[in-house]
Amino acid sequence: MVAADSEGPKDPGIRMFRRERSIPLQGSAAALCNNLSVLQLPARNLTLFGVVHGPSAQVLSAAPDGVPLAQRQLHVKEGAGVSAPHITQVHWCVLPFRVLLVLTSHRGIQMYESDGSIMVYWHALDSGDAPSVQAVFARGIAASGHFICVGTWSGRVLVFDIPAKGPNIVLSEELAGHQTPITDIATEPAQGQDGVADMVTADDSGSLCVWRSGPEFTLLTRIPGFGVPCSSVQLWQGIVAAGYGNGQVHLYEATTGTLNIQINAHARAICALNLAPEVGKLLSAAEDTFVHIWKLSRSPQNGCIEVEHCHSECVSDTQVCGAQFCDPSGSSFAVTGYDLTEILRFGSV
Amino acid sequence: MSVRTLPLLFLNLGGEMLYILDQRLRAQNIPGDKARKDEWTEVDRKRVLNDIIMTMFNRKFMEELFKPQELYSKKALRTIYDRLAHASIMRLNQASMDKLYDLMTMAFKYQVLLCPRPKDVLLVTFNHLDAIKGFIQDSPTILHQVDETFRQLTEVYGAISAGEFQLIRQTLLLFFQDLHIRVSIFLKDRVQNSNGRFVLPVSGPVPWGTEVPGLIRIRKPSDHPCLETVPRCHTLYFRMFNSKGEEVKKIEFKHGGNYVTAHKEGSFELYGDRVLKLGTNMYSVSRPVETHMSGASKNLASRTQESIAPNPLAKEELNFLARLMGGMEIKKPSGPEPGFRLNLFTTDEEEEHAALSRPEELSYEVINIQATQDQQQNEELARIMGELQITEQPRQSTTKGDDLLAMMDEL
Repeated sequence: MVAADSEGPKDPGIRMFRRERSIPLQGSAAALCNNLSVLQLPARNLTLFGVVHGPSAQVLSAAPDGVPLAQRQLHVKEGAGVSAPHITQVHWCVLPFRVLLVLTSHRGIQMYESDGSIMVYWHALDSGDAPSVQAVFARGIAASGHFICVGTWSGRVLVFDIPAKGPNIVLSEELAGHQTPITDIATEPAQGQDGVADMVTADDSGSLCVWRSGPEFTLLTRIPGFGVPCSSVQLWQGIVAAGYGNGQVHLYEATTGTLNIQINAHARAICALNLAPEVGKLLSAAEDTFVHIWKLSRSPQNGCIEVEHCHSECVSDTQVCGAQFCDPSGSSFAVTGYDLTEILRFGSV
Repeated sequence: MSVRTLPLLFLNLGGEMLYILDQRLRAQNIPGDKARKDEWTEVDRKRVLNDIIMTMFNRKFMEELFKPQELYSKKALRTIYDRLAHASIMRLNQASMDKLYDLMTMAFKYQVLLCPRPKDVLLVTFNHLDAIKGFIQDSPTILHQVDETFRQLTEVYGAISAGEFQLIRQTLLLFFQDLHIRVSIFLKDRVQNSNGRFVLPVSGPVPWGTEVPGLIRIRKPSDHPCLETVPRCHTLYFRMFNSKGEEVKKIEFKHGGNYVTAHKEGSFELYGDRVLKLGTNMYSVSRPVETHMSGASKNLASRTQESIAPNPLAKEELNFLARLMGGMEIKKPSGPEPGFRLNLFTTDEEEEHAALSRPEELSYEVINIQATQDQQQNEELARIMGELQITEQPRQSTTKGDDLLAMMDEL
C-alpha cells in the first residue's frame, strides 16, 4: 500500500485558467467528436487551428495573442452523390521530417502540406461490399514514426508510409482489429524501446486495440468494449486514456490492457481528450459543456497509474465538440463548440 | 453521414407541424352551430389533422421514406411539408408557411440538442407519434397506419448500435447547424437565449446509463471492485492499489454541475412511459405560437454565401425528392368547397409584413425555380411537382379564418 498523497491545491502544477481572446471562424463547428486540431509552430511563433464546418473545413494560423493571420477553406474532393460529402475530421500529423494535414470524409482521405495549400495524396474509400444502410467514411487520424494511420467505417485501420518528401505515399498495411467504425487513434513516440505499445485505436463499440508500430504493426492487446462508443483516446507513458459516450474516462495499462482507474468525469458523452506530453496533463471535454483538466502520473514507488483533478471549466450553453492544449506544458487550451463561430481560448492565470 | 436519419427527421418535424396547426386551429375555431360557412369549426380542425396525418403516414410514402438515403437540404425538405400542409382543405400563404417551418425546425433542433443520449431521439419520435395518435383516436384506419410506422421504427432502429445513433444525431445537428431563429415560447421559458442559442442545463438527471460525475474508482484489475468511500473532498486524492491489485478506492471530486441519477429509462415499446418530455406538445391555447426573427444574425454572411453558390447536386436531389413524394397521395379538394386559409400570425398585417421583411437568405424559393427548369427535362418529376402547386383560392368567398382572426384580436 502506498500512502504518498500530497495536498492537491498546494501543488504548484495546478493552475487556474481564464478566457482569452477568441478566434473568429468563417463557419461554425460541426457536431463531430475531436473537432479541433492544433499545431504549434514555436519557431515561427504561430499556432495553426483546424476545424470542420460540415462540407468544408477551415484551417487558420494565429499569433500568440489570438489574432488570426491567414486562413484557408478545404473541401472534399468532388464525386457523385445526392448531397455534398461531409468532412469527418482534420488533423495535423507530425512526422520525423515533415508535417502533413490530413482530412477525412465520407469520400476518402486527403493529405495536404501542413498549411493546407497543396494536396499531396488522395485515397478514395472503397465502399465495396458495404450494405446500403452503412455510412462509409474515414475517421481517426494519427502519425506513428513515418506512418500515418487512418481509421475507417469498416473498422480497418489504413497505414500509409510517408516519404521524407514528395507525394509518393504508399498504403503499406491494413490493420484488422475492429469490427465497428474507428472513432479515434492515439500514438506516442516509442523512443527506441522495442516491444513497447505505441498506438491505440478505438471504435464505436468502445473496444480498444493496442499496437506496436513498425514495418509491420503488431496487435498487442485488445480491450473489450461495453456497447458505449469510445469517442476519443490518448496514450502517454504506457497509459491509455479513453473517453466514452457515457461520460466516463478510463485509464488502462497499455501493455496489459488492465483497467486501473474509472472516472465519472462528465454528465454527457465525451467528445475530446488531449494530452500535454511534457507534464502528463489530460484534458477531457464533453457535451455537458464542461472541460476538465487532470494530471496523470506514475507512482515513483511502484509505477502504478495516478490521477488528480486539476481544473474544471464550464463553457456555458456550448455543446463542446473539440478541445486541445495549445502548448506541450498544458498551460493553455482551445475549445470549439457545435454551432459556435469561434475558437475559445483559455490561458493559465 | 448516416443514411438512416430521414425517417426520424421527417416524423419529428411532422409532429411539430401538427402541434402548431392544432393549436392555431383550436385558437380560431368556434362552436359548429354558430359558425358561418367560411369559419373554422371543431369538425374542420379534426378533418385537417386527419387528412394531413393520413397523407403523412401513407404506406407507400413511408416505404420510400425508410429506404436508406441521405438527408435533403432544408429547402428541399420544406417542399415536402409545403405539400403536406396542403393535403387538406387548409391553405397557408408563403409567410405563414415560412413561419410554420421555422417553428418546426427550431423545436426539433432543441429536442435533438437536449436529447440525453443519442438513442433518446427515438423516444422524442415516440412522443410525437403518441401525440399524433391522440389527434386521430376516432379514426381506426389512420391509427393503424401510425402503428405500422411505429412498428417500422422499432424494427429499423431497435437493433442499431449506440455508435450509429451518435452518427444519426450528428447528422441531424449538421442539418440544423447555423439556425438561430428566436422562438417566443422558448425565450419565455428561458430555454433559449436572445442570440438564438439554446440554454444547456448543468443540473437535473444524467442520461440513463450514465453515472453522476464527480467520482473516481481505482479498481482491482481483474476482479469485482470492492469499494471504500472516503469523505467528500474538494480535490481528489487516492491511494493506488499495490502490484497485486488488492487496494481499491473511491474518491470524489468537484465536477461543477449539479446532477442526479436518472430514475428510470423511457419505454421503447408501443405503449409506455417515455419518461423524456422532449417531443411532447408544448403548445396550448394559452401558450400561442409566435416567432421572432433573429435580427442581425452573425451568420448572415456565411448563410448568404451558401444560397448564392450554385448547387450542382440540386437536380439529383430533386429526382430523389420526386421519388419520395411520388408515394404521397393527396386527396384533391373536389367540388365547390373552398380551401380554408390559416394564418400563423396574429393579424393579416403581421403576415404581410413578415413576408416582406423576411431576410432573403432565409427564403426557400430556390427550389421552385429549379423545379421549373427541370419540368422541361423530366416528365415524371414535372407531374409530381405540378401536383405540388397549390391551386389558387376561389375568390368569391371570404376564407374561413379571417373573421376569426379579427375576433381573436378583439379579445
